[in-house]
Amino acid sequence: MGRRVLVTGAARSTGRRLVAALAEEPEVELVVAVDEQEPAEPLPDKVKRLAVDLRSPALIRTVQSAGIDTCAHLGVTAEPRAAGGRASMKERNVLGTMQLLATAYHAPELRRLVLKSTTAVYGATAADPAVWTESMPHETPRHGFGKDAIEVEDYVRSFERRRPDVAVTVLRLANQVGPNVDNPLTRYFELPVCPTVLGFDPRLQFLHEEDTAEVLLRTILGPAPDGTFNVAGDGVVLLSQAIRIAGKAPLPIPEPLVNRVAELVGRTVDFSPEQVRFLQYGRVAATSAAREQLGFIPKWSSLQAFEDFAATRLRKLVTEEQVARLERDALGLLRRAAEWVAREVPR
Amino acid sequence: MTPPRERCQARTRKGDRCRNPAGPDGLCALHRRQLKEVAAADSAKPTVRRGAKRGAPEPHRVVPSTPEPHRAIPDAPEPQPVIPGPQSPGTAEPQSVIPGPPIREGSPTAEEEAPVVHTSPDETPRDEPDLGPLEPVLAWAEEALEFLGRRVLGEYQVDEFGHDPDLVEHVLAPLLRPLYRHWWRVETRGLEHVPSTGPALVVGNHAGTLPFDALMVALALLDEHPAHRSLRMLAADLAFDLPVVAHLARKSGNTLACAEDATRLLEAGELVGVWPEGYKGLGKPYRERYQLQRFGRGGFVEIALRTGAPIVPVAVVGSEEIYPMLANLRRLARLLGFPYFPVTPTFPALGPLGAIPLPSKWLIEFCPPIDTASLGPEAAMDPMTLFDLTDQVRDTIQQTVHRNLLARRSVFG
Repeated sequence: MGRRVLVTGAARSTGRRLVAALAEEPEVELVVAVDEQEPAEPLPDKVKRLAVDLRSPALIRTVQSAGIDTCAHLGVTAEPRAAGGRASMKERNVLGTMQLLATAYHAPELRRLVLKSTTAVYGATAADPAVWTESMPHETPRHGFGKDAIEVEDYVRSFERRRPDVAVTVLRLANQVGPNVDNPLTRYFELPVCPTVLGFDPRLQFLHEEDTAEVLLRTILGPAPDGTFNVAGDGVVLLSQAIRIAGKAPLPIPEPLVNRVAELVGRTVDFSPEQVRFLQYGRVAATSAAREQLGFIPKWSSLQAFEDFAATRLRKLVTEEQVARLERDALGLLRRAAEWVAREVPR
Repeated sequence: MTPPRERCQARTRKGDRCRNPAGPDGLCALHRRQLKEVAAADSAKPTVRRGAKRGAPEPHRVVPSTPEPHRAIPDAPEPQPVIPGPQSPGTAEPQSVIPGPPIREGSPTAEEEAPVVHTSPDETPRDEPDLGPLEPVLAWAEEALEFLGRRVLGEYQVDEFGHDPDLVEHVLAPLLRPLYRHWWRVETRGLEHVPSTGPALVVGNHAGTLPFDALMVALALLDEHPAHRSLRMLAADLAFDLPVVAHLARKSGNTLACAEDATRLLEAGELVGVWPEGYKGLGKPYRERYQLQRFGRGGFVEIALRTGAPIVPVAVVGSEEIYPMLANLRRLARLLGFPYFPVTPTFPALGPLGAIPLPSKWLIEFCPPIDTASLGPEAAMDPMTLFDLTDQVRDTIQQTVHRNLLARRSVFG
C-alpha cells in the first residue's frame, strides 16, 4: 500500500508546490490537500481536496476513512491581514493546530508528523548569540508569528509524548524566497523603497523555494529522524546587501519612528510587529544538524536564493551595466585629467 | 561552522592577488562582472586582440586553479575545455581561463556564466604620457571606484557573524590607521606570540572610556602580524543595540560576548579577542589607571580549555591617558542607559571637541601564549583550575603593564 499524506495549508505557495511534488511520487497513493482557499491550479488525480477549516469535524472523518499515515502541517501563517486580523490568525495557527493534533491522536495509521515551523521562534534581539542552534535556550517572542510558532511547536511536542509511535520532525525554516514565493518579506523587497532601521544592518538567511519543497519531501518520504532542525541556505546576506541586489533604494528610519512607519508599510506587506524587529537585529540559525542527521544540503545558498528571487521578480533601479559604465566613465575622465595635468604642468 | 574564506583567484591590475572573498566559482563578484563584460566585448569583436601596453589597463589575469564544482549540484558540468588566450608579452604566467562556473538548473544566468577567455579589453592603444606622481593617485581612485561599485551592487560577502573584510580593508582600517600611526604612535611587540593559523584567545586589559585599545590591538594584528589576522572581538550587548555602532560592530568582525559565539569562532579557527574587565575597566577613574580590575568570572578561560585554544595575554600601555576620567555621572548614565558617563578635563566642558582623545604614546605587547590544550577539555570542569588560570593571565598582563610603564619616558613621549 502506498503512502497517504495529509497536507494542511495546501493552497499557499509552499503547500501547492509540495502537493504537486508529492503527487508525482510513485510511492504516494493519495494526497489530501486541506485548505479553505481555492487552489490556483487544478489538482492532479491523486490529490483529494478538502476545503475545510482545520477546526471542522470533516477533517477527522477524512483522516480516518482515508487511512492517512503522514501528516504535513504547513498551515501556520505569518500574515495577520490575510488571515483576517491578528486574533483570527492566532485562532487559526494555534487552535487549528490543536484541532489537527486531536484528529491525529485518533488516526491509528498515522506514523509520521512533519511540522513546518520557522526560525522566527528564536526571536530577534541585540543580546542574541550570532548563530542559533536548535538546542539553545531562547527568549520567547512575545507576539506575532514567532509566538504562534512556539506554541504550535509546544503542542506538537506534547503530541509526540502522547503518541510515541509517531515520528515527529519539526523543520524550522528560514525566510523563503524564490520566483513563486509570496510572503511578507518578498512583498517588502517589492516595495519601491525599502524602509530600514537607521544604523542597523541585520544578517538574514534565505531558503529557496525549491529547497523548501525538497526538504519537506525528504522528511515526508525519506527516513526521517525525530527532532527539530533548522533549515536555511548556506551563508548570510546583509539587509543592505539584499536591498542593493534587489536594486532598490534603502530608506533608513530613525528608531523612534520605526513603529509608525511599520504600521503604514504593514498595510501593504502584511508585517507583524516581530518581523520589524527581525529587520533590525536579524537572525542566523546553524544548519549543521539538518546536514548531518537529515542529510539535507540546500542546493541554493542564501545569496544565490536571493539573487534568483531578485532576478525573476524584481525590476532593478540600478543595474550592473549602469554601474560598470559609470565606473568606466569616471575612470576615463580621471585618467584624461591626469594626463592633461602631466602634460601641461611643468615639473 | 564558518567555511574557510576563499580568496578570489584573479589578479588585480598591479599583479597582486585579489583579496576579495570568492564566490562558489572561485572569483569575486567584481572579477566575475569584468569577465562577463570582456566576454560580451569579445563576442562582439572577436578578432581584435592586443597585448597589454604599459600604462594601458592591463586585464585582470586569472590564475589557473583547481576548478571546484559547486558542491550542491552533484552533476555540475566539468570545466569546459580551455580556449587558449593570447600570451601577454613579458608575462611568465599563462594568460588563463576561468574554471567553469557552476551552471544552475533553471538559473537565469546559466548562459551568461559560460566559461570565457580573458583577454585584454580591446581599446585603441593610445600614447600614454608618463603620469609620474599622479599614477598612484589614479590607481587609488580606481580601487575606490571599484569598491563603490561593489557596495552599490551588493557584491560582497560576509561570514555568518557578519564580518565584512571588504569594508574593513577599504573603509574602517584606513580611518583608524592615522590614529594608530600618527596620533598614538603605537609600538607593537611580541607579535610572534600570536599564531599565524588556527584558533587563539587574545586577552587584554581594557581602559580609556571608549574601547580604542581593542581597536588598536585589532589593527596591530591586521597590519603588522605577518599573517594579517582579523581579530574577532567579543563585545558587550550594548554595542549591538546602538544604531550605527551595532552595524559597524558586526561588520568589523565582532560578536556578542557569550560562550556560544566565542566557542563557535574558536572552533572555526579564528583569532578571538576578549577584554574580561569589561565596563569596570573601561569606566574606571584616572586615579586607578593601570590597575587591572576583576577578570569577570573567568568564562574566557573555560572556553579556551574546552576548545584547546592557547591564551595570548596582551598588555596595552597608553590607553589610560586618552580620556582621563575624573568623575562618573552615574545618574545621568543611568538615565541614558549607558554603563557610565565620563567627565574628563575636556568633556563635556568643550562639547564635541572634548571627544578628541589625548595623544599619549602607546605600547602594545603580546605575551607568550599560555597553553590550554595539554590540560584537556576536562579541566574546564574544575573551578580551581579556572581560577588559577584566570589569575595567571591577569598577573601576566599586570606585570607587563607595570614593566612597560617603568620603561616609558613620559606619557606623551
